[in-house]
Amino acid sequence: MNNFQYTQPATPKASIDALVKEPTAQFIAGGTNLIDLMKHGIAAPKTLVDINNLTLRTIEQQGNTLRIGALALNSEVADSKLVLEKQPLLAQALNAGASAQIRNMATVGGNMLQRTRCYYFYDTAMPCNKRQPGSGCGALEGYNRIHAIWGTETALTGRTSSCIAVHPSDMCVALAALDATVLVSGPKGDRRIPFTDFHRLPGDTPQIDTNLDRGELIVAVDIPNNAFAKHVHYLKVRDRNSYAFALVSVAAALDLNGSTIQEARLAMGGVAHKPWRLTEAEKALQGKPATTATFEQAATIAMQGAKAYEHNAFKVKMAPKAIIEALKTAAGLG
Amino acid sequence: MENRPPDSPIDNEEGHSQETRRDFLKHSSLLTAYALSPSSLVNAAEMNGLNPPQADTVSIHIDINGTSRTLHVEPRVTLLDLLREQLDLTGTKKGCDYGQCGACTVHINGIRALACLSFAVMQNGKKITTIEGLAKAEASGSAHLHPMQAAFIKHDGFQCGYCTPGQIMSAVGCIREGHANSDAEIKEYMSGNICRCGAYEGIVEAVKEVKQGGQKV
Ligand SMILES: Cc1cc2nc3c(=O)[nH]c(=O)nc-3n(C[C@H](O)[C@H](O)[C@H](O)COP(=O)(O)OP(=O)(O)OC[C@H]3O[C@@H](n4cnc5c(N)ncnc54)[C@H](O)[C@@H]3O)c2cc1C
Ligand code: SF4
Ligand code: FES
Ligand code: FES
Repeated sequence: MNNFQYTQPATPKASIDALVKEPTAQFIAGGTNLIDLMKHGIAAPKTLVDINNLTLRTIEQQGNTLRIGALALNSEVADSKLVLEKQPLLAQALNAGASAQIRNMATVGGNMLQRTRCYYFYDTAMPCNKRQPGSGCGALEGYNRIHAIWGTETALTGRTSSCIAVHPSDMCVALAALDATVLVSGPKGDRRIPFTDFHRLPGDTPQIDTNLDRGELIVAVDIPNNAFAKHVHYLKVRDRNSYAFALVSVAAALDLNGSTIQEARLAMGGVAHKPWRLTEAEKALQGKPATTATFEQAATIAMQGAKAYEHNAFKVKMAPKAIIEALKTAAGLG
Repeated sequence: MENRPPDSPIDNEEGHSQETRRDFLKHSSLLTAYALSPSSLVNAAEMNGLNPPQADTVSIHIDINGTSRTLHVEPRVTLLDLLREQLDLTGTKKGCDYGQCGACTVHINGIRALACLSFAVMQNGKKITTIEGLAKAEASGSAHLHPMQAAFIKHDGFQCGYCTPGQIMSAVGCIREGHANSDAEIKEYMSGNICRCGAYEGIVEAVKEVKQGGQKV
């Protein structure tokens, strides 16, 4: 690993300034993704701006919103009484990710910006458009078992994007389902980004994972109050029982009036370059009885537009089953 | 500190790091690779530290197993390498070095974390406890074992022992965090520690016994 300059500013403004000053500089929070990438030679910042001195760790209810600071640890959020009471889906998703030690280090902001686990991205001897734009995609012609089934076509031409990687986070799938908003602060001031617009599809610029601008610091995440505290489930399907990334995952949330679905939220992980909201399926659930038949219909609708590559056709079969299972568990039909 | 290995990239309290034999070998083999490789490999080699910039060191104050120390480290040095290579605290193991095995688990301010995914400079002002200091933190007397260490011995919670320091540090964390209430919960919250010998049953028994014993860990 190349050596780098290390700074630990005391304020968000000083952190942003430090980042803007050096074009390769990066923020570091828990370090659990960035240090890994630096060891692999994938990230090589000349300056690291340690943001751990900033006071961005609070988890609190503010009016109709649950606000979680960007530096709150994944384990703190998952164990927070407020989160367990108000947004248990988020706690479930967090606890499904990584390991207890990593959750004790990983922050909310860092989790959102973790990079893909595509093996070709990690293997610096292989071509990868995300790591080295224009070099090609190792996965398209290679082994693409863990890759995307949605969002891999460019909007304009309909041809395959230059990257078919998936976003690996569990937490982000829950935040997408819960209509969270990301609060950021940058060289040009503060702004709010709806969570579903935070990550982006690859198109022909897969090196850019999100719509965050250079120098922007994630300050907090807001989750608006909702009626989903009772009927939620985060289902994660993986190669081993624990401590593995999702093959597919489902965040399901239902607002039930008796057995009628007032409102539903569905999002998936492991299937696209960003957490994948299933809005058509959500609409199909609204106003229907919470039964297996309803969930099966929704799963069929959800799967529209899915496209498999050579080794990931199993995901197209697995995803609807996971959706049905997650909805049944959320509804208590277990 | 004393006993700095000859090729450590870490400064001791007086000296400065220099290019060493291991770096030289690394660079010369990279040069060979350079001549023979496709461009993607060459880029990787460049990124991996051919001609690294001259290192700046940063001074940090940390408490390690009850002793406070002032150290000078390059920012790129992980907590794991600081412990093992500069401080000779080799009880903390390097299994994967990429956050995947848990062998390097230590306590930072009493909370279990992975030393391989932590830069030492980021621990300024913190308290680090390693397996060497776990019992010491509890009671005096050098023959004294921490209850978790004793329970691992009693329940055969290991075979080769390589993962054991990390397992024990993690097991203490698991109880402190309140996630040792059933076999299933212990297994889930201990899943960040891989044991190639498969001593998992004994490990679960050990954690359960200490938890049920009710001692403060
Ligand atoms: C072995 C292993 C298994 C894992 N398994 C899972 C899993 O199953 N599910 C899962 O979801 N995750 C998993 N993870 C990933 C883990 O969740 C992330 O590494 C972690 O959440 C990153 O958070 P961090 O604070 O450590 O980020 P860092 O590594 O510090 O930073 C990551 C990126 O975010 C940027 N950044 C950090 N904070 C901010 C901020 N406030 N504003 C702007 N930029 C910022 C940094 O510049 C960097 O680019 C795993 C990781 C490992 C090592
Ligand atoms: S899928 Fe994306 S990340 Fe993976 S090799 Fe292709 S371009 Fe790189
Ligand atoms: S050495 Fe740190 S997790 Fe394997
Ligand atoms: S005892 Fe050998 S790896 Fe666990």
